[in-house]
Amino acid sequence: MFKYQFDWSVVTSGKYFEWLLSGLYTTIQLSLVAIVFSFLLGLVIAMMRMSNVKPVRWFAHGYLEFFRNTPLLVQIFFWYFGSYKILPTVINDWLNKTNFEFGAAVIALTIYTSAFIAEDIRSGVRSIPKEQLEAARSSGFSYVRSMQYIILPQAVRITIPPLINQFLNLTKNSSLAMTIGVMELTYQARQVESYTFKGFEAFTAATLVYVVLSIIITLMVTYYDKVVLSPMKAR
Amino acid sequence: MITFKGVHKWFKDLHVLNDINLHVNQGEVLVVCGPSGSGKSTLIRTINKLEPINEGTLIVDGMDLSDSKADINKLRAEIGFVFQQFNLYPHLSVMRNITLAPIKIRKIGKSEAEGQATALLERVGLAEKRDAYPTQLSGGQQQRVAIARALAMKPRIMLFDEPTSALDPEMIGEVLLVMKDLAQSGMTMIVVTHEMGFASEVSDRVVFMDEGRILEEAAPDEFFKNPKHERAQQFLKEVLSPMH
Repeated sequence: MFKYQFDWSVVTSGKYFEWLLSGLYTTIQLSLVAIVFSFLLGLVIAMMRMSNVKPVRWFAHGYLEFFRNTPLLVQIFFWYFGSYKILPTVINDWLNKTNFEFGAAVIALTIYTSAFIAEDIRSGVRSIPKEQLEAARSSGFSYVRSMQYIILPQAVRITIPPLINQFLNLTKNSSLAMTIGVMELTYQARQVESYTFKGFEAFTAATLVYVVLSIIITLMVTYYDKVVLSPMKAR
Repeated sequence: MITFKGVHKWFKDLHVLNDINLHVNQGEVLVVCGPSGSGKSTLIRTINKLEPINEGTLIVDGMDLSDSKADINKLRAEIGFVFQQFNLYPHLSVMRNITLAPIKIRKIGKSEAEGQATALLERVGLAEKRDAYPTQLSGGQQQRVAIARALAMKPRIMLFDEPTSALDPEMIGEVLLVMKDLAQSGMTMIVVTHEMGFASEVSDRVVFMDEGRILEEAAPDEFFKNPKHERAQQFLKEVLSPMH
C-alpha cells in the first residue's frame, strides 16, 4: 500500500526537533510582539479615523484602504527590500545591528494587522450608545478622556471576538516571514524536510503546532472575557 | 446663578427653543413641565452645553456659554446631570462609577474619594451595593447611584432630565425621596418632570413650556390652583387625571 516509510522520530527528538523548537520560539516571539504593537497602532488609527479634524480622518482612511487592500507578502517584501531607502538612518542602523529580517517582519505584520484591528475597534465604538459619551462629557471629561476611561474600555470588550480572529490571522500570517529568511516555524519545517526528505512528518508537526497555538490564544482571550469582563454583562 | 436672555435654538427647521427668558437663583428648586416635544429637555441640556444655543445669551455660574473661549469642561464639572436612562458606566462597579470623575478630574486621592462615595451611597440608601455592577441593580437603584455619581463632584447646580420617567411605578418614590432630601439641603436644582406631587411639595417655582416657549411661570400653589394659560390648564387636567 504505502511505499513511504513514516519516521516520526525525526520530529520528536534530536537535532531536527531542536530546529522545530527554535522555529516555534521565533514564531511566538514574532506573533506576540506584532500582536501588542498592532493592537496599540490599531487603537490610534481607529481614534484618528473618528477624529473631528478632517485631514487626520482622511489620513487614517487612506491608511486603512491602502494596507487592507495590498497583499501581505508584497508588504513584507516592501519593508525588507524597499524600506531602507525611505526609513531614517537611525532606524536602519538599529535594524541592521539587531535582526533586520525579524524587524521587517514585525513592521509588516504590525501595520497590516493594525488596519483590520482599527476597523474592528471603530465598529465597537460605534456600538456604544451615545448617551455614554454624554454622561462622561457632562461629568467634565474632555473628548479624549471620555474615550480613554469610558468608551474604549467598553468598545474593546465588545471587540474581543473579532480581535481573537485578527490575532489568529496574525499568528498564521507570521509564516510568510520565512520568505525573507526569518527562521520561524515554517522555515524550520522546510529545513527539516530539505535535510531529511521527511516532508510529511515535518509539516504535520508544524501544522499541529499552529493548531495548538491558535487554541491557546483563543483560550487566553476567552478566559479574559469571562473572568475580567463578565460582571458588566451579568443578567 | 443661571440666566437665559432671548435664547433661541433650532433643530434644522424646528424651532425647539423660542425666545427663552428665565432666571434661576442660587438654592432655588425649579420644575419644568410641559407636553412631550415642548423643548423642556433641550432647555436643561443647554445649561451644560450638551446642546449649544443658536441665539441669545446664556450665563451659568458666571460663565457666558456663547463665549467660545469658555472652559466648558470646567463648567460641566460644577454641574451634576441626571439622565432619564441613568447612563451609568456598565463596565465599572458602583463604587468606580462614583469615584471616577472625582479622582480623574478633581484629582483627589482614591481613599478619600471612596470615603466620600461611601457616605453618598449611605445617603441614597445603597451602601451595600458598592461592589455591584449597574446591570445587577433595579432601575430605581441605578438612578440613585446616578444621583450619587453626580453629587460626588460636589456640584453647584443639579439638573434632572425626567429622572423617573423610565422607572417602574413602585420605584419612583425612592428616587423622588432622594431628590427631596437634596432640595432641602439647599442645592440649586432644575428638574424636568411630570411628577406633579414633587413639583407642588418641593419646588419653589414651576415653569410650563409648550412648542419651545415658556407659557407660564409661577409658584407651585398658584400654578396648580389657578393656571392662567389654556394649554397649561389642559396639560394639568391630563397629567392629574389621565382617565377623565
